[in-house]
Amino acid sequence: MKSPLFAAAFLGLAASAQAQTLTVLAPDYFGSDWGPGPAIKEGFEARCGTCTLEFRTGDVLPRLMLEGARLEADAVIGLNTDMTLRARETGLFAPHGRDLGALTVPVAWEDDTFIPFNWSYAAWIYDKTRVENPPTSFAELVTRDDLSLIWQDPRSSASGLALMLWVDQLYGADAGPVWAALSERTVTVTAGWSEAYGLFTEGEADMVLSYTTSPAYHIVAEEDDSKAAAIFDEGHYFMAEVAGVLAGAQNPELAADFMAYILSPEFQSMIAYGNWSYPSALPRDAWPEVMRDLPLPDNALFYDETQAEARRQPALDLWLGGMTR
Amino acid sequence: MTRARAITLALAGVVALWLIALNFGALGAVAWHAEGLTGLRAADWAAVRFTLVQALLSALFSVALAIPVARALARRRFRGRGVLITLMGAPFILPTLVAVLGLLAVFGRAGLVNDALAVIGLGPVNIYGLHGVVLAHVFYNLPLATRIILQGWAAIPAERVRLAVSLGFSPADRLRHLELPMLREVAPGAFLLVFLICLSSFAVALALGGGPRATTVELAIYQAFRFDFDMGRAAALALVQFALCLGAGVFALRVALPSGLGGGLDRPLPRMEYRPRAAWGDATLIAATAAFLLVPLALIVLRGAPHLVGLPVAVWQATLRSLWVALGATALTTGFALVLAHAILALPRLGAGALEWLGLAALAASPLVIGTGLFLMARPWADPRDLALAVTMLVNAGLALPFALRLILPALRDVAQTQGRLAASLGVHGLARLHQITLPRLRRPLGFAAGLTAALSMGDLGVILLFAEAERATLPMQLYRLMQAYRQDEAAGAALLLLLVSLALFWVFERWGRRDATA
Repeated sequence: MKSPLFAAAFLGLAASAQAQTLTVLAPDYFGSDWGPGPAIKEGFEARCGTCTLEFRTGDVLPRLMLEGARLEADAVIGLNTDMTLRARETGLFAPHGRDLGALTVPVAWEDDTFIPFNWSYAAWIYDKTRVENPPTSFAELVTRDDLSLIWQDPRSSASGLALMLWVDQLYGADAGPVWAALSERTVTVTAGWSEAYGLFTEGEADMVLSYTTSPAYHIVAEEDDSKAAAIFDEGHYFMAEVAGVLAGAQNPELAADFMAYILSPEFQSMIAYGNWSYPSALPRDAWPEVMRDLPLPDNALFYDETQAEARRQPALDLWLGGMTR
Repeated sequence: MTRARAITLALAGVVALWLIALNFGALGAVAWHAEGLTGLRAADWAAVRFTLVQALLSALFSVALAIPVARALARRRFRGRGVLITLMGAPFILPTLVAVLGLLAVFGRAGLVNDALAVIGLGPVNIYGLHGVVLAHVFYNLPLATRIILQGWAAIPAERVRLAVSLGFSPADRLRHLELPMLREVAPGAFLLVFLICLSSFAVALALGGGPRATTVELAIYQAFRFDFDMGRAAALALVQFALCLGAGVFALRVALPSGLGGGLDRPLPRMEYRPRAAWGDATLIAATAAFLLVPLALIVLRGAPHLVGLPVAVWQATLRSLWVALGATALTTGFALVLAHAILALPRLGAGALEWLGLAALAASPLVIGTGLFLMARPWADPRDLALAVTMLVNAGLALPFALRLILPALRDVAQTQGRLAASLGVHGLARLHQITLPRLRRPLGFAAGLTAALSMGDLGVILLFAEAERATLPMQLYRLMQAYRQDEAAGAALLLLLVSLALFWVFERWGRRDATA
């Protein structure tokens, strides 16, 4: 084990010797060969010429909160919209300094700290070979007792939380009976997205809570067009992943350039298939073909972070009450 | 003699310190970071209740089923018995997620059972709910309980069995004089282990529980971290989990009684004659259990086999990394268990009890709290990234220790009781005693414990996630990443790879343990 003093001296030396390393804190999936990480690294390194991009992966929000100012990173990528408030409250972030005029997200986004780099809608995915007449509205879903559902716990999963806020926005204080109705045809509620989606593809339920962009993976990577998102008339809950610059960045210029890169057409046209979601700063007609051809909901539902925080506990109480009735 | 004792106790002190740091230091660090504990809510207490109920039922069913199965296995000899016993241990060493998928391939909505029922016109059975959770936990823990109890049967001295046969004991006599005393010694320990394992269950309970009614304490801890970032509540919940564990431990130690069957000369068990009816009963029981445990495994194999060869290089690299971690953890665990077991026998009752409980405590610890606590403790001294794999190894060693200790301690106690006086009178002590008297008799539990540790460590995902760095991913991490990237087929291939490597590790160590034994 190194002594802290030695480590500090070593890091100081290392920093001055190769000042051209951008360290980016990211969720674990950025580090995998099958996530967006490798393409982002390659794209950014080609852009800046001599620099290197290094991902530091792990559970992002806990890392921010546990490490605080000791965090040795320049930027953060991959926070979900449900985490921005807490991340902001750590006081670790600096303004990104970018003009957000190029954003094409379906909600008003004026945030000087976080930039959305891709987004999607929460949606129920079904298999066309098993479900012939998918519901066309949330109201219909609630009454359709022929459909079995698998979804994620709002207490442990971002998409589960999105569903909870979606229902809260549609039904407010009347959400209890909606949850009770959904509970009756719910096969199970899993801790995370992976378990739920895995159970769905193994045939355990007719519909699974995922994203409107999920069918793109099956079409592009598996040449399988049997999966589709049920598009609801009331609209869908908007979810984005964001990036930001850390105030303690050792390479602020590089971090700033990383923010510019995220908004660049190059990054934006890569991220659609790179992370199976919609680009955040690219008009729809410039999206890759499969993504462009997916049916898109007309209406975006969204709570900003302060509204979401205020509604979280009441919505959770309604959820628990309805589900355990 | 005193020098050996001093060394033993000093080593045990080091191990105990690590266990205290792992279990209580980590919890303390989390509570300290949170600046105190936070009170629990009504929903948390509901989680505590559900946790207790499902753990009790799971342990009860696992042990109640394991006893007749172990008995059938103990008194039958047939071709492939050894292979069957090894394979039947497999569910326990599977990563939970893989085990659940295998189980659902049989009992799920689109599983074999419902397909068969549909053919004869019967409605689907629903696996989701409390019964599903218990079913999954029995699937997962029946192998462990069976193995522990089977060891109990194997440990009945052959001389006692011969005597029973020559005295013309009926099965009922045999049960009363040989088997029940053995069960009284072994079964409470098995019950305790299964109970504790189910106590900290998380993903299984939620996935099969059918909804928030099936919230366990571990999920409540996760929620406190992830949803509320309330570390004080997480620490409070972890304390509750410890209290439950302590209560169960005290209960099990009270109920367990020494069998008093005494020692023997380690001779092979004579072949015993049984009435044909019992033979059919045993065969049916063994076949049914094997089907229950092995059909889901077979389906995992079938699902993954087509995708095994084409797995990405990164998955194979992660496999190598996981192998090193598993082997390191195995060496540490067996070492720890030997040291602790010797110290427990050398200490007076109170100290021995405390040490034994400490060795078991890791079972009740929350991986999330341990991971976070170690992160907080290591952070001021070093970059956690550099420690990720070493910490994983040490934590896995701590988490597997309860199993190893449970297996090794009774065997060592037997050695001390049966050979101790003779060894002392001959002046055999220290390393010579360990090498010539103790180890040969511990070989079987040691091999089993090492196999379990290696396999468990291979499949562990728990604590590494907070620390882990992209380029140091383990095999379970890669499996999880594949699932996250929609790659279900490759994930199925990786799951099969994990199953094969875990089983192979388990088999090699176990084989070593049984090399000179006949049962």
